[in-house]
Formats: sequence, structure tokens, C-alpha cells
Amino acid sequence: MLDLISNEGVTVGDQGLAESPLAVRGLTVSYGQKPAVFSVDMTVQPGAMTAIIGPNGAGKSTLLKAALGIVSPLSGQVTVFGQPLEKQRARIAYVPQRASVDWDFPTRVIDVVLMGLSRELGLLGRVRARHKACAMDCLNRVGMRDFADRQIGQLSGGQQQRVFLARALAQGADLYLLDEPFAGVDAATEKAIIAVLKSLKEAGKTVVVVHHDLATVTDYFDHVFLINTRKVAEGPVAESFTAETLQSAYGGRLATAQIDQLSRAQG
Amino acid sequence: MLWDALTLQLGYNATLVALGATLLGVSAGVTGTFLFLRKRALVSDAISHATLPGVCLAFMALVALGGDGRNLLGLLAGSAISAWAGLLCMNWLTRHTRLAEDAAIGAVLSVFFGFGIVLLTVIQTMGVGRQAGLEGFLLGSTAGMLWADAMIIAIGGAVTLLLVMIIRRPMTLVAFDPEYAAARGLPVHRIDLAMMGLVMAVTVVGLKIVGLILIVALLIIPAVTARFWSERSEHVVLLAGVAGGLAGYIGAAISASAPNLPTGPIIVLVSFAFFVVSLFFAPKRGVLAAVLRHLRFQRRVHIRQGLLALAQGQKIYEPLTLRLLRRAGLARADGVATDTGKARAAKALRDERRWEIVRADLAHEATAALYDGLRDIETVLTRDQIAEIDRRIGGPQGILL
Repeated sequence: MLDLISNEGVTVGDQGLAESPLAVRGLTVSYGQKPAVFSVDMTVQPGAMTAIIGPNGAGKSTLLKAALGIVSPLSGQVTVFGQPLEKQRARIAYVPQRASVDWDFPTRVIDVVLMGLSRELGLLGRVRARHKACAMDCLNRVGMRDFADRQIGQLSGGQQQRVFLARALAQGADLYLLDEPFAGVDAATEKAIIAVLKSLKEAGKTVVVVHHDLATVTDYFDHVFLINTRKVAEGPVAESFTAETLQSAYGGRLATAQIDQLSRAQG
Repeated sequence: MLWDALTLQLGYNATLVALGATLLGVSAGVTGTFLFLRKRALVSDAISHATLPGVCLAFMALVALGGDGRNLLGLLAGSAISAWAGLLCMNWLTRHTRLAEDAAIGAVLSVFFGFGIVLLTVIQTMGVGRQAGLEGFLLGSTAGMLWADAMIIAIGGAVTLLLVMIIRRPMTLVAFDPEYAAARGLPVHRIDLAMMGLVMAVTVVGLKIVGLILIVALLIIPAVTARFWSERSEHVVLLAGVAGGLAGYIGAAISASAPNLPTGPIIVLVSFAFFVVSLFFAPKRGVLAAVLRHLRFQRRVHIRQGLLALAQGQKIYEPLTLRLLRRAGLARADGVATDTGKARAAKALRDERRWEIVRADLAHEATAALYDGLRDIETVLTRDQIAEIDRRIGGPQGILL
């Protein structure tokens, strides 16, 4: 296990760090006495789509939250585009888990998307026509334009997820971090989200997704980052998403048969 | 008498109290809404009870320094300091121990209030203490309100309102989605503290009129009332301000119109009356609207089910369905469809097919989300769109809308 932790990070020199949209070094996060993430190094490749994969409770979401400073780590460093997180925050868009908010909150779909523009709006700036147009455009990209005036409580789970994505799009960021965007959503939503993410990649943006569906990894992503409290593997899907790495990430929890099936699917 | 009070013709003191109470109501309603949206309504109760020791200590300090112990500004400053101490204790307990917020609220509220009562008793045994009237801060006392007191309330309320308006956007964002706010680099913890500091300011300003025990009602009831009327947070904030202001004004007027009616409690009761009216009669979220909606919905379900059964030649056993169909002139007493019933039944079946197409087509997603098995399709699609769908279904045309 220990040798797995270090051997990937070593190959990346200082130059790699400077170019990486998100680089994490020696990150440890703990709730109470048990580390949720332990001494993890991660170097996200620019302009690619990376999946963070691991079993339940492996620290996937925690890694993302610590990288964003939402939870404070015990130790470790985070650099964003080669600089400290605080200096580059404006270039990051985060899509939290859908279940993290109260959907009975008195607000409309368009208002949620406008939250993505809070930096431009400032404290007292008025919401102008161009802000509304930008928000509508983002809703259009996720296929939710017709829902702009609905109360958010009236949306289905998949639609809520797409509104969250539209809010992130409104920020116009360069790095997109999504926490389980495909969890419990309908097929139409999954298609819509993946289309948007691919278009972001084509525009040169970097996308990192906490993902749980092993069957779609090969179709959707270029890179994987396997974690089970410690880093298990990191690299291009073809090299790092293998029966061996999956076995060591999931241990006995993933039936061998399932791994076989997956590796056959990869040919 | 009440009319005189409402038109501010009951003399100097009554007018001062009415204006002060109105301003207090507006700023408490607006500020309290953010606390309510953040789901931390009860924090205000702890904050308000934590003012009491400060009031007493300030009184003692003022007397010891040879001044007038009843100086309102001095007493309010003392109350603010001890409320802030209570707030920090509560914050520390929630963040750094395993106590949940409700336990922290209970601990701070009872300990600070208990300490305050002890001090109050000590003061009453002092020579100057008996005339101090500090008990007035428990439930408010407006009898001897001075121009200067009213000014303190007016300025304090106005400044609080202004500050709330300035940080309303970060407070809303933190209330809705604190994780996202943190990811955007907002200082979530400090915004929460600022919000509670503003609540504290309203509490301190309101001590003279409603007192520390009842101020929580002015902070929370207007927000809850306003929530019944709107689905947009900006509107909820404004409506809560209006509800709070009206309650303050009408409550003060009522209490001035008759002897021995306490101002603070009357304001709270007026505020509660607004709440009850909203609870029952608000157009969408009210209880009455919900009951009516349920009955209408039940009727539509039964008629729709009945029509589909008629269209497919099934027998209807449910008495309510039969009764509703008969009353609508769609079926006879023996359950056989009338001519209108037959036409409506055929259309119901046709609509089901049309909906199937709509729901399978991504281009119609927003429309498809409206499908509930009941809605007439022409209420959501244009004639042309329906004609297009009918072409896709094929078969006999001409089943009219």
C-alpha cells in the first residue's frame, strides 16, 4: 500500500505542479480521530476530465472539499494553477451534492443561477439585463431554460442537479469540481450533464468529478484518481483503471466477477 | 379611542411609542428573516436572554461611578456586551465541543438568564435599586418613554436595517448553500457572526419596548408569516418587514387606547394574529388552500379515472367516482356514459397516448415534467404541437380538443 502512495507523485516535477489546475500534496483530513483522507497527493491534468473513484466512505467528497477549503485539513498543501487557493478562487466552480441544500428554500431557478454571478454583482450591484441573459444562457446549456421562473422545490432531482451545474457555468471558471453529479439522476439529466462537461473540455477547461458508477468511467473520462483513504492509483484511464487498481481500491467490497466484467468491457 | 391611537392623536408618549414600535417591528422582521432562512431561529432566544446580566452589571457600574443608573444608552451598551459574550459562548460550544446547537442554546440561555436574575435581586436590595425599574427590561415598559429613548430605538433600528441591506446577498447565499458559499471564498463563519450580531442589535434596541423575553417573537413570527405569501427570499424579507412594522404600529396603538394594556405583549399578539391569518388563508401555502387543493385534486383524479374506465368499457365500482361523474353530467345513475361522457372519455384516452409521445421526447422535457395523469394536454401545448403529435400517433384523426 505504501509504495502505491508515493510513486506517482514523484514523476511530477515542479513544472508539472505549476501547470496543474489543481495539485494537492500530503493532504490529510480527519473527522475526529479517524483520517478520512490520509497523506494524499493529486495532480489534476489540465484540459482533461478526471474521475475521482473509490468505495463509499473512501474520502472522495472530503478530498474535494478539502481542496476547496470547505473543510480544513490537518496537513497538506493545495495549489490552483500553480498558486495558493485563495489567489485563484475565482477560477474554480464547485457543484456540491444535491442533498446538501434545502430545496424548500424560497428561491427560483434563475435566482440560484444568479448566485453564480455573485462576484460580478458584488454587495449592492443591481441584477441587470446582461446578468439575466447570462443566467438564461447557462440554463439553456443544461436544457433548463423553460424552468427559469419555477420555485426550486418543484424540480425533480435531475433537474436540481442541472440547475447547480448552470450556476457553476455562470461563474465562467477554468476548473470545475463536481461532487457526485450523477447520483440519483435520470438518464436525460446524465446525458445533458456529460454533454456540457465534454463541451467544457473542448473549450480547454479542466473537469474533476467525484464518480461512483464504474461502468461509465471509460466512456466519460480521460483520467482517473482512485482513492480509499489513501491514494490507490492516478493516471490515464487505460493505464490506471484496471482490475488490479480496482481490486486494491475496493478490496473485497467489489465482487471479482464485476471487475472481470469491467475489464472485459475495456477489451 | 383606537382610531385616535392609530392616527397618533393620543398624546406625546403614545406617539413616541407607536413610532418606535413600528421601526423596531420593521428592523426585527427584516433581520429575523435571515435567521429564519438559516434555520437558526432559536439562537435569537439565547441572545436575548443573555442581555440581562449586562443590563444589571451596567446599572451597578453606573451607580458605582456616581451616575444615574437609568441611563438607557449605558444599560443598552451593557446588554450588548453580555449578549455578545453569550453569542460567543454558544458559538464556541457548537464549534469546538460535541454539543449540538440546541443544547448550546439551552445552556447559554438558562445560565445567562439565571445569573441576570440573581443580579436583579441583588440590585433590588440596594438603596437606589428599587426605583430603577430594571424588571421593565424583561417584558418591556413604555410608560415613561422619553424622546431620547425613542431616538435611540429609531437610530439603532435604522442602522441595523442599513447593514442588513448591505450584506443581504452573502447572508442569503450562506443560508441557502453554505458549502457553495465557502467554495466561493465567502467567510461563512464571519457572515453568520455578522448576522447574529445584527440580531443582537435588534434585541438590544427592542429591550425598552418589548423586553428580552418576547423579542424572539418579533424576530421570528414576521418571517414565518411572510414565508406563507412568497416563494422568493427578497420578497419574504420585505413582507416580513411590513408585517413586523404593522404589528408594532397596531400593537402600540391598541395598548395606548386603553389603560393597563402592556405594549410588548400586545404587539406580539397582533403579530401572532397576522401569522394565524396567513397560516389559514395564504393563497398557496395556507392550510385552507391546501385542503381545497386536495379536494379539487381528488375530484380530478376520480373523474379522470372514471373517464378512462368508461373509455375502456370497464365497470366503475367506486361510489365517489360515480357520484362525481353523474354530477358532472358524464354518466347516468347506472354508470353508463352520457354522450358528453363518451366524448370526454375518448379524449381522455387520446390524451394519454399524446402524453406518452411528449414524455418520450426530450425536446418536450419542460412540458413532460408537468405530466400528472390529469392535466388536459391543450393547457400545456399549442394546437399545432398537438396536431404534430397526433400525426405521429396516426390512426383516426379529428378527436376534438
